Amino acid sequence: MSFGPYFERGLRCRDCGKQFPSQPVAGCDACFAPLEVIYDMEGIRRAVTPQQLGQRPETMWRYRELLPAGAEGAPERPVGGTPLLAAPRLAKALGVRELYIKNDAVNFPTLSFKDRVVAAALSKARVFGFKTVSCSSTGNLANALAAGAAAEGFEAVILTPADLEEAKIIGTLVYGARLLKFTGNYDQVNRLCAEIAQRHPWGIVNVNLRPFYAEGSKTVGYEIAEQLGWRLPGAVICPMAGGSLIGKIAKAFDDVQKLGWVTEAPVRICGAQATGCSPISLAVKEGRAEIQPQRPNTIARSLAIGNPADGFYAIRTIAQSGGWADDASDTEISEAMGLLAETEGIFGETAAGVTVAVARKLIQQGRVQTGAPIVLVITGNGLKTLDAVLPPSTPVPTLAPKIAEVEAYLASLGAGDANLTEAPLASVR
Amino acid sequence: MPCQVRIPTPLQKFTGGAEAVTCEATSLPTLLVELTGRFPELKERLCEPDGRPRRFFNVYINDEDIRFLGGDNYQFAPTDEILILPSIAGGCN
Repeated sequence: MSFGPYFERGLRCRDCGKQFPSQPVAGCDACFAPLEVIYDMEGIRRAVTPQQLGQRPETMWRYRELLPAGAEGAPERPVGGTPLLAAPRLAKALGVRELYIKNDAVNFPTLSFKDRVVAAALSKARVFGFKTVSCSSTGNLANALAAGAAAEGFEAVILTPADLEEAKIIGTLVYGARLLKFTGNYDQVNRLCAEIAQRHPWGIVNVNLRPFYAEGSKTVGYEIAEQLGWRLPGAVICPMAGGSLIGKIAKAFDDVQKLGWVTEAPVRICGAQATGCSPISLAVKEGRAEIQPQRPNTIARSLAIGNPADGFYAIRTIAQSGGWADDASDTEISEAMGLLAETEGIFGETAAGVTVAVARKLIQQGRVQTGAPIVLVITGNGLKTLDAVLPPSTPVPTLAPKIAEVEAYLASLGAGDANLTEAPLASVR
Repeated sequence: MPCQVRIPTPLQKFTGGAEAVTCEATSLPTLLVELTGRFPELKERLCEPDGRPRRFFNVYINDEDIRFLGGDNYQFAPTDEILILPSIAGGCN
């Protein structure tokens, strides 16, 4: 289905403002700062209304005027459009009134928000004529790129640290991608990708396609605003690895205010990290503008980026919005994964545990209670990080298939399990 | 003692095309002074107006981020391979 023209107007340096025509490059040649895609916002305002958007399929491409220009007739896979769920039981557990979960744990096709940024990057890779795409990844991006490349007809070369979870390795290889594992950590693999980009004609989605890739993340923010009824939340709590997602969600909220699609309102943008890899949250808590890199050591491997490429901008976004950041220990992370699952039936990965555990801390600190809804961004599915799930508090019994064994088991339960023996209103014969 | 400094692709046009440059400097601050002295067009790319290094490039010593080795205080060893790399590099000409 064709929706009309695109409104991308090229690239601009986030530091010195120098502009560039649309091309596969990540950094400004004058000052090395990251580049961002710019748009004709006035043209978008004239071209489309929220009511018209409401008629389109519920995918990230709903917001195509706010995404980089794609190729004519390119596939638009049904990525994004994930549920925004009211979470009253988790809200009660955390001691707040109104809490929502943006659930990218069920994103199509690989169950993380990375499907969005891959879709945006592949759209541009097609425009630039790349035949091979690549990335450095802590896991979710590898899965997403492998799947997207298979579906859209690209070769994929994917580089990861060697200690990646088994599920994420299998979840990359199954799509036929070429996977290279490296000794060392993600930051070293990422540096290598920067060198590879200088020598090989590959579309490396988080390096030379980075400005276009990053745009896919804005759709999380647009969807939150639309799903709240074209209303902004009071606070958003977002996990941080490279630091890009949190800034793009904030940008999305700025965009919809500029376009007049929502009433202007402040949103406290808050970040969450693991204590074992907390360069951004520490900078926020210590009032520093600059990142001090760390060597990561955390079960939250998807967030284990010790030198976050967008860390400087994440700090600034948090500070300028009146938000805050904090971090959670490995134990707190696993417990919070359990809390999310047990209160709302959502099985998020370790990054989700980070988000919920930090949400608890920010709520205790009184930093997110504004009277308007709080949104937690759940970025990936728990099936990918099974090794972080705590074992059950009571062991699972293995019984012989005899009714007497079941009766004995039920009789052994304490008062807390009374629900198991309570009869319904209609009696059971 | 001289050390080898690898120059990133986008800056090689300012070093006469050289991918690597031999320098006499013994630390990062003196290295920046030496490089920008020999190749004046590098100054604007590598340094802020007040001479401090720009935020968006990283320096690696034998593949290790120099900030883990003491940053400005790290003294180069004779066999060190020094790599200057934009923090988000990219682009193939």
